[in-house]
Amino acid sequence: MAIQPPSERIWWKEPIPRTEIIWIIVAFLWGLVMFFMMIYWHSAGEQNLSNEAYRTTPAAFAAKAEAMVNEFKVREEAGMPVVRPPPGSDVYLIARLWQWWPILEFQKDQTYRLHISSMDWQHGFSLQPVNINLQIHPEYDMVVTVTPNEAGEFSIVCNEYCGIGHHTMIGKLYVAEK
Amino acid sequence: MANHKFRVCPTTGLRVFANAENLIKANAVVAVVFLLVGGLFGLAVALTRWPAVHLLPADWFYLVLTAHGLDVLLVWIIFFEMAVLYFASAVLLSSRLAAPRWAWLGFVLMLVGAIITNVAVLQGDSSVMFTSYVPMKAAPNFYLGLILFAVGALIGCFVFFGTLVIAKAEKTYEGSIPLVTFGAVTAAIIAVFTIASGAIILIPTWLWSLGYVSHIDSLMYKLVWWGMGHSSQQINVSAHVSIWYLIAAAVLGAKPLSEKVSRGAFLLYILFLQLASAHHLLVEPGVSSEWKIFNTSYAMYLAVLGSMIHGMTVPGTIEAAQRQKGYTNGLFEWLRKAPWDNPAFSGMFMSLILFGFLGGISGVVMGTEQINLIIHNTIYVPGHFHATVVAGTTLAFMAATYLLVPLIFQRELVMKKLAQWQPYVFAIGVAGISLFMMGAGTLGVPRRDWDITGADAVMQPDYPGAAFLMMGLNGISAVLAALGGMMFILVVVGSILFGKRIPSKSEVAEPAAEPPAAAVGEYGSATHRAIPGTVVLVMVFFTAFVLYYFINWKYLSEVWPLR
Repeated sequence: MAIQPPSERIWWKEPIPRTEIIWIIVAFLWGLVMFFMMIYWHSAGEQNLSNEAYRTTPAAFAAKAEAMVNEFKVREEAGMPVVRPPPGSDVYLIARLWQWWPILEFQKDQTYRLHISSMDWQHGFSLQPVNINLQIHPEYDMVVTVTPNEAGEFSIVCNEYCGIGHHTMIGKLYVAEK
Repeated sequence: MANHKFRVCPTTGLRVFANAENLIKANAVVAVVFLLVGGLFGLAVALTRWPAVHLLPADWFYLVLTAHGLDVLLVWIIFFEMAVLYFASAVLLSSRLAAPRWAWLGFVLMLVGAIITNVAVLQGDSSVMFTSYVPMKAAPNFYLGLILFAVGALIGCFVFFGTLVIAKAEKTYEGSIPLVTFGAVTAAIIAVFTIASGAIILIPTWLWSLGYVSHIDSLMYKLVWWGMGHSSQQINVSAHVSIWYLIAAAVLGAKPLSEKVSRGAFLLYILFLQLASAHHLLVEPGVSSEWKIFNTSYAMYLAVLGSMIHGMTVPGTIEAAQRQKGYTNGLFEWLRKAPWDNPAFSGMFMSLILFGFLGGISGVVMGTEQINLIIHNTIYVPGHFHATVVAGTTLAFMAATYLLVPLIFQRELVMKKLAQWQPYVFAIGVAGISLFMMGAGTLGVPRRDWDITGADAVMQPDYPGAAFLMMGLNGISAVLAALGGMMFILVVVGSILFGKRIPSKSEVAEPAAEPPAAAVGEYGSATHRAIPGTVVLVMVFFTAFVLYYFINWKYLSEVWPLR
């Protein structure tokens, strides 16, 4: 029994029953499939993080975001600038207590280099209803090269707890038809 | 010597030393108290996230959520694990406990630490969640309490190791240690690594909260913190798998199919489980994909392999034991005629099934580097870990308690009907919690969020009606699970206080030589029983695993292209 010392003293020399051997082999091979699936997806799949990231400071990142807003602002919404940056450009999104700033407007099927960083605590970038989720740190400039493939109005929800106003930290992102 | 007093358990023939027995009792009682407190906090959380109820105001919600995580995930489980460690060493090896005074010191440190951290949280300025991600700062006592708690647990681990040394030296057993003790060794080794990680990150963070350290890198914090946070879940896995074997042996006299295979599977845990910190860093800036893939897969899923092996060998031991008893008809007579009215068995078996199907599969899927993009920090994550930690660990610990009450507290269970129903009510409730949270998470609902309607926000998110429905069903399931939890506490507290005493002989010199139940068969010999029913169960599991894995790749392929 499992609560007594093994009845065979030299238990490590016992042959392993066939059913167990087969299952161990199947489970091991399945592990390999799952392991190589992640590597395969890096070449064949379209949803991968390049893990491009830079050290930054809140001040330096905010300066870049403000420069972008000044250059490409098209209108205001609820006191927040709406920015339409050109396709292919570097786009900056600030996460801070408790807003995503500014509102971005992308074009469908165009590619953008989206930089995201936090001004204060950690935040969670959760694009809804697409359901893409990223962790946002202060002092790290995370770059995601993104290609929206559907037009519409999307929410950016914060899904990393960031204090009492966490649930109000909701931003917006537009994708316009070309 | 006074602390060498022991009695002989009339049912198992094990020698139970007074010093070990008292420590097991103390740790188990405190554990259950924190389960009650933390469980009630959990109910309040679920009722708040039930959109139609929305019980607590926002500040209380975040406070109570922090306390819930601490009290159940940490305090209840680690206290109970201390009881398991002392049981698996001193009781199963019929040995006295090493350094009982140190063990009591550890116990006091854990208790004081748990209280200090709870007070810090309840004072309201430490609503930082269980994870306390920097640069969000809690009161210094929040970290101090955790550090004291960890030091106490570390002492407990060393008392456990010391007891193994004493038992070996005093030849209280012959040959190798039992499988259950081996599993407990696994848990204790992982615990040492876990507590070391905790010390490395919590001590500087404590100094930072006091103003002696100026800066803590947020990514480094997460990496090391999860070296503690995730590894401590692996302590739980090792502990509850040991308990599965323990209950199968104690209730059915089941014997491992192969000692080598089961021990090898535990060894895989020791070697690879520590890499799991990466599960929490898959969508993080600053770590490479090579690092993520190697670590998140426990080096090619070798720790998952360990769990999949136990997934066959645990039901396999039960099937072999049952077939030995004559339940040989068809594929599943052994399972149909299992002692389903014994809460220790039913709790254990449902823990096994729910842990494997809900917790195990979802954990591997969400721990896939790219698939994590559609799951990270959604409420899918608590859905997963309620399947592992509540349906898996907590239910297994509850089942074990039904054995501990007669064996250690020497009391018969009271309210036997209530006890019979308890594992089912709890398991159905927890299965609902897990499934509905996972469902809501798939629809994008965030975790740790007071209000998903965005009523107080400038802009509103637009979750589908199904997401709100799932959160409501989650609330109903939580009520059911809380009911199951209350039933457990009623039965256990009632039995300890009012149960009929079970007499036992004291201070007998020799332990009973007879094994308590007939051994099932010799491994590798002609008497080894085939386990066709278990093979079918494993095939069902494997099919579900493969299908669900690729369904999630399909979901992933539908989101925006990212590089």
